[in-house]
Amino acid sequence: MGEQRGGAMRLTPQPGEVIDRSATIDFSWNGRPFTGFAGDTIASALAAAGERVFSRSLKYHRPRGLLTASYHDPGCMVQVGDEPNVRGAHRLVSAGAAVTSQNTWPSLRLDLKAVNQFAAPVLTAGFYYKTFMRPRFAWPLYEAVLRRFVNGGRVSRDTPPSRQAKRFAHPDVLVAGGGPAGMAAALAAARAGASVLLVEEELHLGGHLRWGDEADLAALANLGAQVAAEPRIEVLTDAVVLGRYDGNWIAVLERRGDLGGAEAERLVKARAKTLVVAPGLIERPYVFAGNDLPGVMLSTAVRRLINLYAVKPGERAVVLSANPEGDAAVADLKRAGIQVLRVEDARLGGDIVMAAGRAGVRSVTVADGSQISCDLLVIAAGWTAPTSLLNMAGAVPAYSPRAARFLPDFAGLPPEVLATGGLAGDGSLDELTGHASAAGAEAARRAERVGRAWRQAMPGNRAAAVPAEGGAGSTDPSDDAKVLPDLPVDSHPELFAGRTNGFVDFSEDVTAKDLRAAVAEGFDSAELAKRFTTATMGPLQGKLESVNAAAVVADAIGTSIAETGTTTWRPPYVPVSLGALAGPAFEPVRYSPMQPWHEAHGAVPLQAGAWIRPDHYGDPAAEARNVRERVGLIDVTPIGKLDLRGPDVANLLNLLYVNKWSKLEIGRVRYGVMCAEDGVVLDDGVTGRLGEDHYLMSTTSSGAGAIWEWLENWLQTERPGWVVHVTPVTTAYASMNVAGPHTRTLMERVTEGVDLSNEAFPYMHVRTGRIAGVDDCVLWRIGFTGELSYELHVPASFGLHVWETLLDVGADLGAAAFGVEAQRILRLEKGHFIVGQDTDGLTKGFSAGLDWAIKLDKADFAGKPELAWQHEDASGPRLVGLQPTDGSVVPAEASLIMVGDHIAGRVTSSRMSPTLGRSVCLAQVEARLAEPGTEVTVRLPTGRLITALVTPDLAHVDPDGGRMRV
Amino acid sequence: MILLPCPWCGPRDASEFGHVGETPPRPDPDTVTPAQWRAYLYLRPNSRGWVAETWYHRMGCRRFIKVERHTDTNETRQASQRGPAARAGAGA
Repeated sequence: MGEQRGGAMRLTPQPGEVIDRSATIDFSWNGRPFTGFAGDTIASALAAAGERVFSRSLKYHRPRGLLTASYHDPGCMVQVGDEPNVRGAHRLVSAGAAVTSQNTWPSLRLDLKAVNQFAAPVLTAGFYYKTFMRPRFAWPLYEAVLRRFVNGGRVSRDTPPSRQAKRFAHPDVLVAGGGPAGMAAALAAARAGASVLLVEEELHLGGHLRWGDEADLAALANLGAQVAAEPRIEVLTDAVVLGRYDGNWIAVLERRGDLGGAEAERLVKARAKTLVVAPGLIERPYVFAGNDLPGVMLSTAVRRLINLYAVKPGERAVVLSANPEGDAAVADLKRAGIQVLRVEDARLGGDIVMAAGRAGVRSVTVADGSQISCDLLVIAAGWTAPTSLLNMAGAVPAYSPRAARFLPDFAGLPPEVLATGGLAGDGSLDELTGHASAAGAEAARRAERVGRAWRQAMPGNRAAAVPAEGGAGSTDPSDDAKVLPDLPVDSHPELFAGRTNGFVDFSEDVTAKDLRAAVAEGFDSAELAKRFTTATMGPLQGKLESVNAAAVVADAIGTSIAETGTTTWRPPYVPVSLGALAGPAFEPVRYSPMQPWHEAHGAVPLQAGAWIRPDHYGDPAAEARNVRERVGLIDVTPIGKLDLRGPDVANLLNLLYVNKWSKLEIGRVRYGVMCAEDGVVLDDGVTGRLGEDHYLMSTTSSGAGAIWEWLENWLQTERPGWVVHVTPVTTAYASMNVAGPHTRTLMERVTEGVDLSNEAFPYMHVRTGRIAGVDDCVLWRIGFTGELSYELHVPASFGLHVWETLLDVGADLGAAAFGVEAQRILRLEKGHFIVGQDTDGLTKGFSAGLDWAIKLDKADFAGKPELAWQHEDASGPRLVGLQPTDGSVVPAEASLIMVGDHIAGRVTSSRMSPTLGRSVCLAQVEARLAEPGTEVTVRLPTGRLITALVTPDLAHVDPDGGRMRV
Repeated sequence: MILLPCPWCGPRDASEFGHVGETPPRPDPDTVTPAQWRAYLYLRPNSRGWVAETWYHRMGCRRFIKVERHTDTNETRQASQRGPAARAGAGA
């Protein structure tokens, strides 16, 4: 042919070619300049220029070339710029792209790691379980060396992350596969009135028609025009169905160059009423010695190269043909001017024994023993049915020895999933598209029923529901379900493993011998042999290798492929980037209305769940001292607040708190602890009675949502007869705690409508009134910090105003803000425990110092049985106050309490107390150590041991609580 | 992915719900033995077939709903008053 424009191996224009010869594209391959045409893939442009070797294999670093010339080609993973693991036979060439081979050194041609080939006996499958194990001190060295041999590309940290927003789709019918069957099914469904999403993994619709003969191309043009003209069909090309999940929830990966980046991916989450699976068939390699040499290609590979890209795959060919597609490949080869030296017809006993060569195939030995020198070996050994979507729908395919492939189990499919096309059987193009049309129409019919069922399940529609007894009004897709006619199934010779040892998994470098060795070692099933050898665990996930692997394993065990089966097909069908799965990050943040003031005054933020809170404003110890000596303000808006109304509120409080609530008068507030049904402390808080049937409950900040659900669970499922209305008001109120000796003075200056004297408004009471001009504020006197304090709940939009007013009006009293850290110190000085800090997931009520609160004489309450039993056998640790002997040592929280070598407890909270000038702690200890005055040994994280005394009270400061009650 | 038949909202994706699970009747706290109570807390039949279970429509109507789910196929249907086994013609 001579030197052609477009490469030495470029043919004259072919009728079905997808390249645009008027547009050339320059790129580089391993540093050398190359030119391709628009529409070329990287592999086709390089093949046109005569390149044959594209990569080195995983373990043995054997040279590899094109095998399938499709997305699923294992020999063609390349690096494009900073993007690793690009499928070179699928990705189009782009101007200026710097394409390089992966994991080769110093070059693709002379790869020194090919030394692995000589180490092959040591590097059999599973070698890493046996070699490189001793000596153990050499592991870092082994890891450093082995890491260099991993066959991946290079990841650059400078690549900007791509996170595309996901799309939601709700087609009536989703058709997976855009070949002739998929297109026919989509058309029939759309014409029956369904909305259709047609998903095709290649860049164009048409499947195998694209590289077919004149009649195929004409059929392709016809179907393509019809699909384009049908408004109800949406076509996604370069898109892959990743998996089918419950309820026909289907994940589709869409690759969109226009979304940014070479290969930006987007996830489409589709809920389809019915799914039509029409993925066609994937050609299968044949196992023989030398089957991985560059120049050994499957028949679809040569037909793609010749017909789509006008590329000659070689000059002198030997062909193994077992089917009509192989015969068509022979015709294509001759038409392209390639010498076809021998056609081994497997249907007549022909076979390939082995192929030989170094950097590519040089000669082939055939069944009769003759050795033919050639540069191209074409294999048409059979087809694999990609049944994964059907497997995911619950229908395990069955192997047919007659067809030499797995066929779908139609009866096992749910009514919402149909299979058609080559996956379902054989036949002429007309028979296949006829079956697909019937499937598409049936899919639309069933989709209508599913849609009707969904609409009738909507409340308000149910009364008008038409009785579902078949016919037009049916909501059951399996009613009058049409059973599609069976497609014929052609017989096909079973060609899996030939006479010599070859590769079964090209990506993982697993040979038939490796699989047989695995079986001999006892891994005698498809699942075990897979895991031991890693066969089918590569990028192709079994598409090219699982049936050959099953055949080899079956033969080694002595059973049939049907009995052995293949391993489970799992999503995703192809690799998907984490950016596509993640989508844009949504990280909601919750701020109180006082946040602008905190930021303006140097608050150091603390992340507490979704809330941002002020941890401190520069000096937490000073903030704490100010509370004890003057007056401080803390923003406690995240505290959970639940408004409870109804005649049964007191019953609910009795049921969920461990203490008693029936006699709580209006205007009073009580502290309560909730335990779960296993007796474990769940939450604590304060609840006040605002009216006859009106209470306000507070919970911990982190428990706000969970306790609301807890209440609703009991009310809805266990006590549905009770009348209690629960309204979460956590964010309806801005909450702040004003605490310290000068609190009353400050509050009197800003409060109207409330007598704040100690006689009129004692400790543990609640009032409502006007603060700083704002009505409907709730004030309750509680004492988390141990000082005279009022917790204010202000309608949220006035929170900042009230906060600023208090600080302003109280300036002469020393009013200053204090943060979460100061509050932690203050509450620890008072021995108030924090749920989840001083208790854990196993701490039952009596282990939290709650003996005084748990009223076992109540009729029933959440957790009562477990608490009663805990009380009976006095089991479990105890919460105690601890005073380290050396007050200057602040033990780290979670420091262990030791009795000899035995762990007898741990420090749960620990701070330096500015009030006392020494460290103060709370701890969980075994009951035998809980007696006040007991000396315990604390093991600091450094290993140093210190002593500490169990205090008489949990409170270290003002144990009688007098300061709160003034 | 699983479509749950919320009686208030219609068929909704399971990601809107919290899964509470099978909820056996609560034993009488006064007469229950520790073994019975802990069986109530922790043990579930986990049978194959239709089970009645509770879900909480956290991102919807916020009701605790009972549905029946087939643990093999994840088909769901509205719960019947008498429980999953009592339905005529219930599948295997």
